Parts: sequence; C-alpha cells; structure tokens
Amino acid sequence: MRPTAIDYQIMWNRLIAVVEEQATTLIRTAFSTSVREAGDLSAGLFDRTGRMIAQAVTGTPGHVNAMAESVTHFAAQIGPENTYEGDVFITNDPWLGTGHLHDITVVTPVFRKAKHIGYFACTAHVVDIGGRGFGPDGNEVFEEGLLIPITKFAERGKVQDLLIQMVRANVRTPDQTVGDMYSLAACNEAGDRRLQSMMDEFDVDVLDGLSDFIIESSRKATLEAISNVPNGVFTHGMQVDGYDAPVHMQVTLSIQGNTLKADFDGTSGMSRFGVNCPEVYTRAYACYALKCAIAPQVPNNTGSLDPFEITAPEGCILAATRPAPVSVRHVMGHLVPDVVLGALHKMMPNTVPAEGASALWNIQISARPSDPSSGLPNREVLMFNSGGTGARPALDGLSATAFPSGVSTMSVEATEHVGPITVWRKDLREGSGGAGALRGGLGQTIEIEPRDGYDLYFNAMFDRVENPARGRDGGRNGGAGGVHLSDGTKLRSKGRQLIKNGQRLILSLPGGGGFGDPKNRTRDAIENDIAAGFITQDEAREIYEYEG
Amino acid sequence: MTKTDIRIGVDIGGTFTDVALQHPNGLATCKVLTNYNQPEQAILDGIIEATEQAGLELADIDQVIHGTTLVTNALIERRGAKTAFITTEGFRDVIEMRSENRFEQYDLNLALPKPLVPREDRFTLKERMGPNGEVLLALDLDEVDTLISRILDGGYEAVAIGLMHSYANGAHERAVEKALRAASPDLSISISSVISPQMRELPRFNTVIANAYVRPQVADYLSRLVHRLRETGVNAPVFMLHSGGGLITLETASEQPVRLLESGPAGGAIFAADFARAHGLDKVLSFDMGGTTAKICLIENGAPKTANTFEVARTYRFKKGSGMTVSTPVVEMVEIGAGGGSIASIDAMGRLQVGPRSAASEPGPACYGRGGTEPTVTDANLLLGRLDPDNFAGGAIPLHVDCSERAAGKLSLEPQDAAFGITEMVDENMANAARVHTVENGRDIEHFTMIAFGGGAPLHACRLCEKLGISALIIPPGAGVGSAIGFLKAPFSYESTRGLFQRLDSFDLEAVNAALDSMEKEARDFVEDGARGAPTETRLTALMRYSGQGWEIPVLLPHRAFADHDIQTIQTAFEEAYRTLFGRTIEGLPVEITNWLLTVATVLPDADAVERHSKGSDASVLRERTFFDAALRKTVTAKEVARGDMTPGKMVSGPAIIVENETTTIVTSGYRVIGQGDGSLLLVKKEANA
Repeated sequence: MRPTAIDYQIMWNRLIAVVEEQATTLIRTAFSTSVREAGDLSAGLFDRTGRMIAQAVTGTPGHVNAMAESVTHFAAQIGPENTYEGDVFITNDPWLGTGHLHDITVVTPVFRKAKHIGYFACTAHVVDIGGRGFGPDGNEVFEEGLLIPITKFAERGKVQDLLIQMVRANVRTPDQTVGDMYSLAACNEAGDRRLQSMMDEFDVDVLDGLSDFIIESSRKATLEAISNVPNGVFTHGMQVDGYDAPVHMQVTLSIQGNTLKADFDGTSGMSRFGVNCPEVYTRAYACYALKCAIAPQVPNNTGSLDPFEITAPEGCILAATRPAPVSVRHVMGHLVPDVVLGALHKMMPNTVPAEGASALWNIQISARPSDPSSGLPNREVLMFNSGGTGARPALDGLSATAFPSGVSTMSVEATEHVGPITVWRKDLREGSGGAGALRGGLGQTIEIEPRDGYDLYFNAMFDRVENPARGRDGGRNGGAGGVHLSDGTKLRSKGRQLIKNGQRLILSLPGGGGFGDPKNRTRDAIENDIAAGFITQDEAREIYEYEG
Repeated sequence: MTKTDIRIGVDIGGTFTDVALQHPNGLATCKVLTNYNQPEQAILDGIIEATEQAGLELADIDQVIHGTTLVTNALIERRGAKTAFITTEGFRDVIEMRSENRFEQYDLNLALPKPLVPREDRFTLKERMGPNGEVLLALDLDEVDTLISRILDGGYEAVAIGLMHSYANGAHERAVEKALRAASPDLSISISSVISPQMRELPRFNTVIANAYVRPQVADYLSRLVHRLRETGVNAPVFMLHSGGGLITLETASEQPVRLLESGPAGGAIFAADFARAHGLDKVLSFDMGGTTAKICLIENGAPKTANTFEVARTYRFKKGSGMTVSTPVVEMVEIGAGGGSIASIDAMGRLQVGPRSAASEPGPACYGRGGTEPTVTDANLLLGRLDPDNFAGGAIPLHVDCSERAAGKLSLEPQDAAFGITEMVDENMANAARVHTVENGRDIEHFTMIAFGGGAPLHACRLCEKLGISALIIPPGAGVGSAIGFLKAPFSYESTRGLFQRLDSFDLEAVNAALDSMEKEARDFVEDGARGAPTETRLTALMRYSGQGWEIPVLLPHRAFADHDIQTIQTAFEEAYRTLFGRTIEGLPVEITNWLLTVATVLPDADAVERHSKGSDASVLRERTFFDAALRKTVTAKEVARGDMTPGKMVSGPAIIVENETTTIVTSGYRVIGQGDGSLLLVKKEANA
C-alpha cells in the first residue's frame, strides 16, 4: 500500500516522538551535568544521503545545524562501501562535530532488510576529555584535550578496544566519559528499534519518500516565511568583551524574495584563547535567531535549515580555523543571536527583543584542600547561571533566564552536596534590568565561599562586563556584569583564578536591555517594579519620570 | 473497613460531581452539576440521590470518601489566601527564577508563569543551615521579632516558611513558626520541613507555598462540608483521597491540602487498579479520556505507579516546564491535550494538528449545534460513523452531522478524509505518549493490558491497542464515575519523605535507621487515625543515583532496621533497578541516596477474582451499522450490540459497536469482545489467546 499524505504526516509525528525519546534516554543516563541539567545534547534521524529528517528539540540550539551537517562528513569520510550493519561511527572533532572537544557525536547507520537506508546521530557533552579541562585558557586545540577523528566506535557490532583504551588513558573521568560513549551508541540503537517498528506498521522499507515529504514541506513553509519579510540589505554590529581584547561582531542580512543570506564579514579575527567559534557553531546560533523571528513553527530538518544561507569569513573569531582553541566557544556563540536580531530589527521593527545577557555565566569550580596534606578530597562543581533577557516589543524581558541557550540551573542545595562550597546568595539583582517602556530582564547576584579546609579555583567565562546589553528604540542598557571578591577586589571575567578560604566570590550577572523610551512605561508597571524592589523610588523618578 | 460497610465516594470535578455508593446489594451512582460557590451543596444533593436510589437512609452511611479538583483550581485561578513567604537571605527569588530556562525554545514572546507569592510578600532572615543540617549561621531572634511585626502588619492570611536545607535540619523553621504562633495563635502557618522535607529548594518552596496558599480556603470548605453533612443527617466520618492514591483524615487534609492536588485523577487510577487486581493482571496501562485531556498511568502488580514530584497548573498547552513543580506523593500520570473536544487545525507545513486547544463543554464540538464551528475529535468520530447522531448520551444530546461536515470542511479536505486524519492523529498522539511513558520506565508496552474508562476512551482504546501492539483491553462498567468508585477501593495511606543524603561507601546506619523510625512513626500516626487498628503494610523507596548524576531513580528497598550487610543489598537493588531502566550498570562509581520515601498503608482486602470468559456464544445484535475502520482504511459493516446484552460469556466478533448511555465502545475488525462476570468488556486481538 502506497503511503498517503496522512500516513506521511503521522510518520513525521512519530519520528519526532522517536528522536525526543532518543534524547530523553540520553539525558537520563548521561554523567555530564551539562547534558542532564542543560540539555546539552542532540538527537536526530537522517536519510541515506545525509539529509536530516527529524531532530529533538533540546536545550541547545547550538547543535541544530552543527549536527545536521556532521552526518554528511561521516558519510563522505567513511563511504557507503565501508558502511556495514552493526557499525557505529564517532568523532569529537570541533570542526566536523559541534564546535568543541567536549561534544562527542555518534552516528549509527540504519539498515533494513540488509539495505542501508539512513542514519541516527546524537551528540552529548561529556564530563571530561582531558587536556586543560573545560576553560578558555588554552592557546591551541591540542591543549584542550583528546581529539577523536571520524572513526568507527564499533564495526559490525564489535567495539574497537584500542579507541576505548586511548580515551580511558587520556581523560580524568574514564568511567563517565566511556560510559557516555556507550550511552550515545545505545540511544541510537533505541531510535533504530522504534523506527523499524514504525516501518513495519506502515509497511515501508525505505525512508526516501518520507524524507522528501518532510524536507520539501518544511522547505516550502520556510521559503514562504522568508518571502513574507521585507527585501533589502541590513547590517548590524555589536561589541562584546572577548577574552583579553574586545570583539566586534558584524552581520549583513540580504533578503531578496525567498532567499536570505547572513554574512559575518567585518567580524574581529581569532583570539589567542579558547573563545573562538568554528563556523558550524556560528551558523547554528545565527540560524536559531533567524528561525525564531521568521519561521518559529517549522521543525528542524534539512528543508527548514537550508534556506538560511549563513557564512563567516574564514579566520574570523566566528569561523576559527585549526588549530585555534575553541573550548568555550559557547560564549561568543551565545552572543551571535543578539547581533543577528539587531539586523532583523532594522528589517522588521517591533518584532525582536533588545540585547540580553545572552552568554551563560557557567562557572566551573575546582575545590582543592587549602592544606594538601589534609587528606581532603578534590571536588569539581559546575553551575549554570543566566542573566536577564532583552525586553520585547510588548513584554518585559525575562529575569535570570537563559536565551538563546535553553539551559536550566541547578538546585543550590544539590550543588552544596556535590562540593565543599556555600552559596550564600543566588537571587535577582535589583536595578539591573535595562529601563524602557518595556523593561529588560534582571540579572542575578551569586555569592560563593569555600567551606572549611578548602580553596576554590574557578574558570571564569563571562561576557557583557565591559559591554552591557544595549536597549532598543530609546530603551536603556541592561546592567553590566561584574566579577569581584567580597572586599571589592575586581577579578578577571575570563580565565582561571583563585578564591582563598575566607574569601567570597561575588558574581553580578548582566541584565537585559530595555525597549522603548522609559517615559512611556505604564504607571502600573512602574509601581509594580517599585513594590517588588526591582527599581527604587529614585530610579523611578529620575529614569521613568514617575512622580508617584 | 469491611466489605459490608456502606461507603460513599464523592468526586468533585470541573463539570460534574460524581457519587458512588457501595452497599451490601451493589453500587448506586449518580452525577450532579458541580456547584462552584457551594461545592458542598452538590455533594449533599448527590448523596441524597444515591442513597434514595439504593433504598437507604442517610444515617446508614458508614463512611464518606471525598476527592476534589477544587485545590488545583484554586492554584490555577489564583484564588488562594494572601500569603507571606519567609526564606533564607539570598534566596528570596528562588520561586521567581524557577529553573532559569524557557519551556518553549522558539517563542520570542514567551511568558513565564508568575510566582504564587509576589516579591513584596517574600521576606528573608539571616540564617543558614549547611547540607548536612549543620548551622552555618544562627537564627537571630531579634530579627525574627522584627519580621513578625512586619508580617502581622501586612494583614496576611497565611504564612509559608521555607529555609535552605531545612529537610536536613528543621530547627530554624520550627523556631520561626513557634515565635509566629506565639504572636498570632490563629494564623495559618505551613513549614517546608513538615510539608515536604526533601532536598532541592525550588520544589520544596513551591510545595510549602502552595500548601499555605490554599490552606485557609480548604480548611474552611472542609469544616463547612462536615457541618452540612451532620446537619443533613450524615454522621459518618469523612476521609479525603490524596494524590498518592490513599485516604487521609480531614484533619491531615486541612493541614496539608497540597496532598490533595491530584485526588480526582488518582481515583481513576485506583479504579483501574482494582480491576487489574480482580482480573489478575500484573501489567496494566490505564487510559482515561474525557473532553479535554487524556491520562495514562502504569499499574503494576495491582498498584498505580507513584512519583514524588509533579507539575501543577501548566500555563502553556500542557507543556512540560510551564507549570509549578511541587514535591508531594502523587500517582504518576501522563496527561496530554487530547479529548473529545480537541480542535483540529492545519499548520504552516500543511500538516493536520489536533489539540491541545479544546472546544471544552461550551460551545462544545460543532456537532452539538451550540455554536461550535471548529472541527473536533467528536465531530470526526461522528463523521466516521463511530457515534450515532440519534443516540448520543442515550439520545439526550442530538448530534448534527451537517455541522460536523461544515467544520471539517475548514481543513480543505474531504470531510471523510479530514475525519480519518483527525482520529488517526489524536490516536497517534496518545499512543506516542503511552509508548514514551512505558519506555521511560523501562517497560515493554506490548505485554500490557489496557484498561480504558472515561467518556471518550472506549471509542479510541481499540485503535490505540492496534497502534501499540496491545492484544487485550478491558472496558470496566461504571466508567463514567470511575474516580468516585476508585475512592471506595483506596487504602488508608500516608507517605513520609525525608531528604537524608547518604553515599553507600560512607553509609551512616545509625542516622538512616533513626530517620526511618521517625518516618514510620509519623506515617503510622497519620494512618492510624483512619485505620483504627486495621492491618497495615509499609513500603520503603530510596531515590538513588550514581554519584555525579543528577537524576535519581526510585529503588524499592526492604523495610527493616538496616545492618552492615544491608548496604550490599541496597547496592544490588539499585543496580537491578538501574539495569531495568537503562539496560546496563556502570562499574566503579559510588552510589548515593538523596531522598527517602516511606509509606504506611492499610492492607486492601483481596479483590473478588473475576473468572475470565475468553470464548462465548453470540450476543444478540440490535442492528447493523457502518463505521470507518482506521487500520483497514475502509468503511466496514459492524454489529451494534447493547452493553446490557453483553452478559458474561456473550461474544461479538469485530467490527462491532457496543452502545450504552455513557459511552460507545468501538471494536475494530481485528478484535473480538466478550462480556465478563463483573460487567466488564474484554476486547482481544483475534489471533491472540485471551
């Protein structure tokens, strides 16, 4: 029986459930905090030619295009003639996978009736990959850990022992890292089982018809959405902190009919430190911003991603080349949507938000005994924290909420069980929301102190300290970030630093920019902000001209 | 309780208040409209009607068991008390910052739910406990006094207290409570170390706040209810069904109303569990479908699966993350926006989508002819011949095929094609939810039996079984008032929880045993009030994980005073549970326990075993009717049989339609149906053995 349009729609629906299930399995078995709390993973199904058919919506838009492209590299390098039933492919190459060594991508070819019909792929951030550990201080990718080139994790069902031994010998957490590699392989297997039973049910043996249906209807919907936005060329620039020198990001959007191009010509060159982005990661975040504004309803697949043509000149910080360090590429990557949204604002005013804190304020803490002979164990703690998002044309920004990333924070109580730290404060940072007719979201304040017997090293990877989120259309800037000790000493916003026992680290996370002139904010909204303590009476009078 | 007691179950739902009266000669049931202003009035009306039906006097009633959605509604509609929240300095905004994520990735105009207690009503104290209950910063009693005067001046009706790490040491919370109580003896105070002593501040704070917020209202309602019952002549004690599927006293319910949030749906799961036990089924998937949502629950070895956190008051189309996570024992259910009223539409890709938007009961599906113009699942069922336009709800609501056709026409498809697409899509959505839920629990759905109830379920259940590969399906009688009947089958139970962090490689036997003792005592005290010496059983669950993981799994442990060798038992139990869920274990990593759950429950009387009729003689056929069989993709001629004629041992081979006033059961061409001794219908896949 030839599948009808309704069958294809049902199968499409089913595939989305299959990849979501694949992703859920990974989240629950992964060891890395960033996978389980932050959804730093991806899962998807591809056809025989490497076109992505379905992808799970997870916490990280950064994987959207990156994973979509990676399967093509596997297909090209390994080749159909060397692809066997029971094979599992693997890599963590930042330029062929998802942008840094910590992300391992596993691709499993799908066979049906002995015929190769497609691939399942998934990516997850692992706890450790050796090298310096997760942080921006390396000067070359070689310092950042072990690079696994595209290779076979398993061939015809047999796992490559040498690879496992190499990984075990090169990472700090062999059980967890290797455990996660097996989890990735297992999650593809689970996807395969679900797919096969769906194909049994609908009595189909190839994915081609379904793949064409999904990709073409998504492409059509995306092109139609693009053709609904104004034609023209719109350029926008934004300066951010970078590691040791400011970084200028620039994008030019060109729209003509249903073609849309975004190019990052004019962006600063690479950094000596690990904040560089491989182009694939830049494309992912740029595409995310464009999709949110133009075609948010269309599911991610090759058909919905292809129409956004995104390029960055080779060698700029957003298209870093080997062997640049890229460990914390997420910092620049998370800021990419702000510059893209800025250009979109020129194209279609009153649609997109003002700039936000955008880059997550992740903090990797290594607790070490103050007295090495004390016998106290070393402990590692990773926290995710978010500043405020930019105000929207008709809504205030979201306080302490991740955007563009979809990360969750962890419970402070749970964190204090993981390592010897006390988090004395984690609450909203009053006054940090950019003033405007619509107010930017507030950042947050975090105070961390080592427990008795410990010092803390922490890897700072924070932005928007020198360059706050800018408001739009008369809206004021959000509060700039800050990194201090409790005695007022200013610390660096990037790189590894020490907090001695008895000192407290104070992080002031940036707020989002405001939208529109503060004078136009409704009096009710101002009064609510005063009651909540988000702004003071004085600020209300001076900035909002509120006389109460 | 004994089986000869006369007991009455009352479930207040959004539209109807359902009553089920169990008496020595059987069961009397009725439905009355819910009265929002005076819920107790509908209860009295229902009780009187059911008692008359059964030929009894009000004074004959031995026990009243009650469950209600009113608590949930108070949260959703924000109709609770003016509440103050007292917390640790530095953590004033935990409930506002939530998990710092967005539950919808691509929506630039996303709105997050507002906190139940606004910032100006959240107060802080300079104090701090550490993760092991050690005092890092002592409470300053002068500061407490100053705060109390602010609270009293503020005119609050309720106070919630939630301090950091109070699950490990509640001394500061108790000290604040004591001072507050001394200053204002009548103030309603809830503290997190009593209401939800579990690690993780966000759900614990949410839970204690939700409790405080609804408590004055619930306490008031319950005392009014008892007063009215007594006045009317019902002198029986009243018990409440809690979300975890057991009974608690009115006093407990008044103090901990947050335990009542899911009491109605829990009743449905218990209803299904009772049939599972009677039919001797170990693995059951219960499926309840009404007008707006469908609910799925796993029932294993006769007990519904429970969890210790869930999300209440979702604001965004049933989306995970858009509500408020509370930690209180609950029957674990997956709820999706799929019901008879779910509306179909075409999205940007030209795809047919069904739900979660619903036409609800007003205006209702287009075919009701009450102004609904959008195509719904009920319209699709009508167009496919699965519903009889002249005999819906026993003929009480005439259905208009022309209205359905017009509505379906909006989808730019032929009405039949649109109708087929709508039902397939909604069945697919429900099947996906069921599949994901069983997989998440490490189970294989093919080996489950489905028990389907609620007005819409019998129309869809057989097709769902086809999609899921399930070969046996039971449609119990009385499905329209399932929850109220379920109330009558619930044990007295109380779950005590404790956040006591333990690594197995440094396990503190003494601390654990002491905690378990106090938990058992606490739970027993609550149960004893209702159980009055009835035999009880205990169930101990530890939430466990490998050190470094963030997701715990529930592990059932033997409940006894632990000795050294038990640490290995616990390790083994964890590994078995982990393997069941994830297919493997991990060598070399330490294992830890975060939270402990201990339930004391009265032992349920054995269910009356139902002998299975797997074959039978042909039932008498009312007439032949056609309906569209989705698996065959064609209209088939079906035998229509009255449910009343499906007596034990009567059989019909599908395609068939079994009709009754409350619902319609569709038997697809691939299944046959046999009447069972307890009035259930058993649907069995034709090639399978019953």
